[in-house]
Amino acid sequence: MTSSRSLRALAGAALLSLSLAAAAQDLTIGLATPVTSLDPHFHNLTPNNNVADHVFDKLVTKDAKEQLRPQLAESWKTVDEVTWEFKLRKGVKWHDGAEFTATDVVETIKRIPNVPNSPASFATYTRPLADVTAVDKHTLRIKTLRPHPLLPNDLVAIRIVPARIAAAAKTEEFNSGKTMIGTGPYKFKEYVAGDRVVLERNDAYWGAKPHWKTVRMRMIANAPGRVAALLAGDVQMIESVPTADLERLKKEPKVVLTSAVSNRLIYLHMDSDRTVSPFVAGKDGKPLDNNPFKDPRVRKAVSLALDRDAIVSRIMEGQAEPAGQLLPEFFPGTSKRLLPPKQDLAAARKLLADAGYPNGFAVTLHSPNNRYINDEKVAQAVAQFLNRAGIETKLEAMPSSVFFSRAGKLEFSFFLAGWGAETGETSSPLRALIGSFNAQTGMGQANRGRFSDAGVDALILTAMTNIDDTKRNLMLAAASDKALGELQAIVPVHYEVSSWGLVRGLAYTGRADQYTYAFEVRPAK
Amino acid sequence: MTVFILRRLLQTGVVLLATALLVFFGLYLVGNPVDILVNPVADEVERARAAAALGLDKPIVEQFLLFLRGAVTGELGTSFVYGRPAMDVILERAPATLELAALAMAIAVTLGLPLGLYAGLRPDSWPAKAIMAGSIFGFSLPTFWVGLLLILVFAVQLGWLPSGGRGPTVEFLGMQLSILHWDGLKYALLPAINLALFKLSLIVRLTRAQVREQSLLDYIKFARAKGLPRRRVIGVHLLKNILIPLVTVIGLELGSVIAFAVVTETIFAWPGMGKLVIDSIFQLDRPVVVAYLMLTVTMFIFINLAVDILYSVLDPRVRLAEAK
Repeated sequence: MTSSRSLRALAGAALLSLSLAAAAQDLTIGLATPVTSLDPHFHNLTPNNNVADHVFDKLVTKDAKEQLRPQLAESWKTVDEVTWEFKLRKGVKWHDGAEFTATDVVETIKRIPNVPNSPASFATYTRPLADVTAVDKHTLRIKTLRPHPLLPNDLVAIRIVPARIAAAAKTEEFNSGKTMIGTGPYKFKEYVAGDRVVLERNDAYWGAKPHWKTVRMRMIANAPGRVAALLAGDVQMIESVPTADLERLKKEPKVVLTSAVSNRLIYLHMDSDRTVSPFVAGKDGKPLDNNPFKDPRVRKAVSLALDRDAIVSRIMEGQAEPAGQLLPEFFPGTSKRLLPPKQDLAAARKLLADAGYPNGFAVTLHSPNNRYINDEKVAQAVAQFLNRAGIETKLEAMPSSVFFSRAGKLEFSFFLAGWGAETGETSSPLRALIGSFNAQTGMGQANRGRFSDAGVDALILTAMTNIDDTKRNLMLAAASDKALGELQAIVPVHYEVSSWGLVRGLAYTGRADQYTYAFEVRPAK
Repeated sequence: MTVFILRRLLQTGVVLLATALLVFFGLYLVGNPVDILVNPVADEVERARAAAALGLDKPIVEQFLLFLRGAVTGELGTSFVYGRPAMDVILERAPATLELAALAMAIAVTLGLPLGLYAGLRPDSWPAKAIMAGSIFGFSLPTFWVGLLLILVFAVQLGWLPSGGRGPTVEFLGMQLSILHWDGLKYALLPAINLALFKLSLIVRLTRAQVREQSLLDYIKFARAKGLPRRRVIGVHLLKNILIPLVTVIGLELGSVIAFAVVTETIFAWPGMGKLVIDSIFQLDRPVVVAYLMLTVTMFIFINLAVDILYSVLDPRVRLAEAK
């Protein structure tokens, strides 16, 4: 008894000394997903971008709520519908002491489509550009092929490197640290593949000076391992706190939790295109010759059958918000009218009867089981709610490596998936999930239910040529109203809430884009 | 002996080809790497570009033939995720796994042999019974659970050892090793113990059974009757004879500890090959998975070869050439 108590006191003292050391100058963060490359233009992957944002700045950045903020560009304006002018910040120095100028931006944008072997390049963001020129040292002019109102949002994805490095650097040279020269708040120090990235504060940074002198980012993919590292004081902060541990951590005096609703929507997609769909059948098991999901009333019935509050409180442990549209309401382009529907089984059954399915039908719901927070459990709950409304639903969950290949080949009739709106506004999910699949417009790249409505397409496409933010966002809201309120193109379930755990004494404002920035971690007041 | 080794090498080639074939087409059936790798916002143009950049736009049979042509010259393809030769990516992680496996096996053998000997020689004493009972736990508790328990006790509650990750490394014979000084070793202790536990129990039980069996045989009785000191009877006559089956098992277990340290590496965030291959399977990074499995198969074959040669050293009656 006494010995265990003294041991505990000892452990407490050890923790205290650790957190005191932390309070001084060092910060160690446990990241959930491994960084695969340090080259900021090699693989468009959140963990890579997350580290790159410490070393490299962008012209435009986003705040915690994903609103645009100037970074290396002080201001921007449109000259005409396809011409933009950016005034660049003066007196910004690269980590090697050279001065940052407009030429660096021009060369960076030239490099982006030409990174060899890139598994996911950033060329998506540079393809709409016709011409990028340096007017003078601190003025940049960008011409786009056609009106491109989201240019500033796209520029958030482009991390600027020095011109001489952009012209010649190979991906290996970034990984070895040789060309890790940016203008960002942190300088690169060390990278051990699969283990850690170490950063050192850039004391000559042009912006707000970060609090921590040395930052270690450790990759701890195993969720219980991450929580243990935080409790043991080996790290002072972790991302993606597992929902199963939330209750316990809330009671833990050494730890504080912070969270933020994210831009990721979890939704149900239905095959609303094919007349005969592979996984739809009558209750007797015989295939139906008319796919019920083609009828908007059936899709509405699915939406009304869900008890979103129960999913949020019981399965997600509060780490989600019920969704009625594509993004939480504080994002631009959302509708004020689309509230998350309350469960109404009677109304759902009536809609099914009106559509000609008074006895329901049978369907298989497909879901990934390692991609989104509690994805398989959420899908299980969905299946149960639908069973109660008369749609006999069987669940089949699989690893995401299998799921996305099959979904892309349109093998499913009904599936659960997620979409993170990285532009931070509604056109991203509208175009990707609801716009008709069409290589020319670039829309519908994730529209695996092949929903298609000419009216909705027209609304989105007109909105996307309007460079006036207020007007465009009103048009996007109208498109959401039509696509979801009227036609129920997809069924929104919830928005994921991301959470971070910190040792008591530190504070972090959770970010809607789920990024973990060391330079935004500060001692609590 | 030479014929024996040559025949083994030929078999190796056949096994490697079969492995490559199975893994290559197996992963092809799982899914298309492009679907996992490209950013969800990518449009059709970008997907086509990525497929071409990774060589995935060609028919699968042609991809396999291209791979074989490279493999003959020792070039096992470029990792989709890391954009570097797959073998480099794996070998960069190899020292971490090798040192962990070596430490774990060292713990298992140095504790397992004496404990097993003791339990075999004095089977009715209470420490022997305790050792045997403990070995049942070592056998039956799942690795991931024991790992978490070790972290909770020694890292979270007591704060003696770090909860995970790999410590600072020093260069030794061209490899970055962390277990050569205390700062690094303390990171390796918990994962090594976790990895060693199962092997330790196995060695204890095997040693005990062998000791019990051999003690009753005539040559031991004869040695005793001759008046040899007990230490010589156990240390030379008994030990040498029980080592033969033990060497086989230890050899095979060494292979499996290197190849399948996945669970331990994941729990302790140990940046070794096991963790790499799991990440690679999820990302459908085929070149890394194929290269890793070919490396593992080669390793198993060579460990088996070494075990066979060791036999003939330990037991002069075994003739390798007889294994026709």
